Amino acid sequence: MNIITSYAHIKHNQVSVNGEIIFQSNPSLSLAEFLSEAYKALGVSYPKFHKMDAQCKLGFLCTEFALKETNFLLENDLSKSAIILSNAASSIETDRVHQHSINDESNYFPSPAVFVYTLPNITIGELAIKYKITGENAFFVSEQLDADLLINYTKTLLESGTESAIIGWVEVDGLNAEAFIFLVEKQKDTNKNAIFKPLNQTSVITLYNQTVWTH
Amino acid sequence: MDALIEKLKGQIIEQLNLAEVKPEEINPDSPLFGDGLGLDSIDALELIVLLEKHYGIKIQDPKDGKTIFQSLRTMAEYIKSQGKS
Repeated sequence: MNIITSYAHIKHNQVSVNGEIIFQSNPSLSLAEFLSEAYKALGVSYPKFHKMDAQCKLGFLCTEFALKETNFLLENDLSKSAIILSNAASSIETDRVHQHSINDESNYFPSPAVFVYTLPNITIGELAIKYKITGENAFFVSEQLDADLLINYTKTLLESGTESAIIGWVEVDGLNAEAFIFLVEKQKDTNKNAIFKPLNQTSVITLYNQTVWTH
Repeated sequence: MDALIEKLKGQIIEQLNLAEVKPEEINPDSPLFGDGLGLDSIDALELIVLLEKHYGIKIQDPKDGKTIFQSLRTMAEYIKSQGKS
């Protein structure tokens, strides 16, 4: 049986894992400053992080926090792990940065390092590279977190070879930045820290609304 | 030449977002790609943009990039050779 084993939620400059806020920074910090602080709090060294755009950084951090106390990467066949993400704004924030760099013909220096992030599914690519996940992937754009869509799609994959999945929402649009990532894997004796939520729409909505944000 | 190399170190760290690299850790003779700084193909494009943006140098033949971007020193030598330092 497949279950939700862990999740992380980042919003309002706070990080919550399985419903408990484990890191928060001053609400007045910019998104870039918050992401940098959260990266330091995570305590990993991944130089590529600094090259990512804000959306990838947010998705990376949220996934790292969701994975941190789990054996997901050790106990699952990563060639059969899927990554399914979604958001409302696609890659709008980086699209704006790129647009800004090409607005002025007399100062026309588009950055290749910015341009490569002008697609939302690059966030999936960054996760796949980091964790060497080579299974199915999909990025959906919907007005808000669509639990029905994500769960139905995941269940379809699980019926056709996929054994585990990293699923969620990663959105950056101006001041609106939010990531919600949950892990799906087979129920087994070894994942003792797992939250063991059944894989259905109600669970996803419940977990999404679980955290009590402090600001 | 040393002043130009130091200037390039700062520009590369900023342009390539090498936030965990300090200028003094960059050996001017170490390879920029592969074992050295570990830059990738996108970084190579950023270096081309850096040369154009900061030094007004356009690399006409992309094949020249392999020689120019071998190390920080070869980059500095190329900028000098173009009379743009």
